[in-house]
Amino acid sequence: MKIKILLGASAALMLVALYMVFIFVPTDAETGVIQRIFYFHVPLAWIAFLAFFIVFGCSIMYLWKRDKKWDVLASSSAEVGLVFTTLFLLTGSIWAKPVWGVWWTWDSRLTSSLILWLIYLAYFIIRSYISEEGQRARFAAIVGIIGFIDVPIIALAITLWRTQHPGPVIFEGGLVTEMVWTLIISIAAFTSLYILLFNYRVLIKQDEDELNRLKALLRR
Amino acid sequence: MDNLGYLFAAFAVIWVGLFAYILFLAQKQRQLRHDIDWLKETLKKEVE
Repeated sequence: MKIKILLGASAALMLVALYMVFIFVPTDAETGVIQRIFYFHVPLAWIAFLAFFIVFGCSIMYLWKRDKKWDVLASSSAEVGLVFTTLFLLTGSIWAKPVWGVWWTWDSRLTSSLILWLIYLAYFIIRSYISEEGQRARFAAIVGIIGFIDVPIIALAITLWRTQHPGPVIFEGGLVTEMVWTLIISIAAFTSLYILLFNYRVLIKQDEDELNRLKALLRR
Repeated sequence: MDNLGYLFAAFAVIWVGLFAYILFLAQKQRQLRHDIDWLKETLKKEVE
């Protein structure tokens, strides 16, 4: 039921976001039509940060309480976060090509974002290599906590170092009202989608646990 | 208008990526539910 409500909300918000991105919002006078990637690229980046923040919080809770529930939540958020981080890196690269003339450059914002993706990847590599459940959750939680250090580095990269990446236009009043509203609706749509996928992933993990419990019963 | 191809590519990447992930999850859940049902049936038969 909860999943169906989330699915409906996500679909409705996404339709509104698509309408606003392609019809409602004016074309940027400086960069033209390609700037519309912004309304998806920024929400994807926001979800990547949010997902890793949830991993961070749930990992702390796991190490504190040693309750498996927190490991399930952390690993579910990490998986969805990995998908969103991949999409955020790919859309950034596609946007960079016509604007900067290259698909990729070792700029501080881009490099720190790639490191975030590699941290997520390492999180799952560690999980797949450790078979003992408690040890796997413990090691993954440590990576989840340490890895979060990269998020403020990405956020501050555009102010701390010289970078090709655009500055914080949202907070400096560089967007007209329609652009701000389109961005807000798009962020809401992607946040809703993240909550939906996160809940769905948690449900699947619960099914995996149920399957393991039944297998253990059959072995007796 | 020259950049429309890049715009299309970016949106295609997003939607193909998201749909592929959703399909992966749905397939995984279907398989799990199938295995759970099969194990429950097997356990029930063993008890009987």
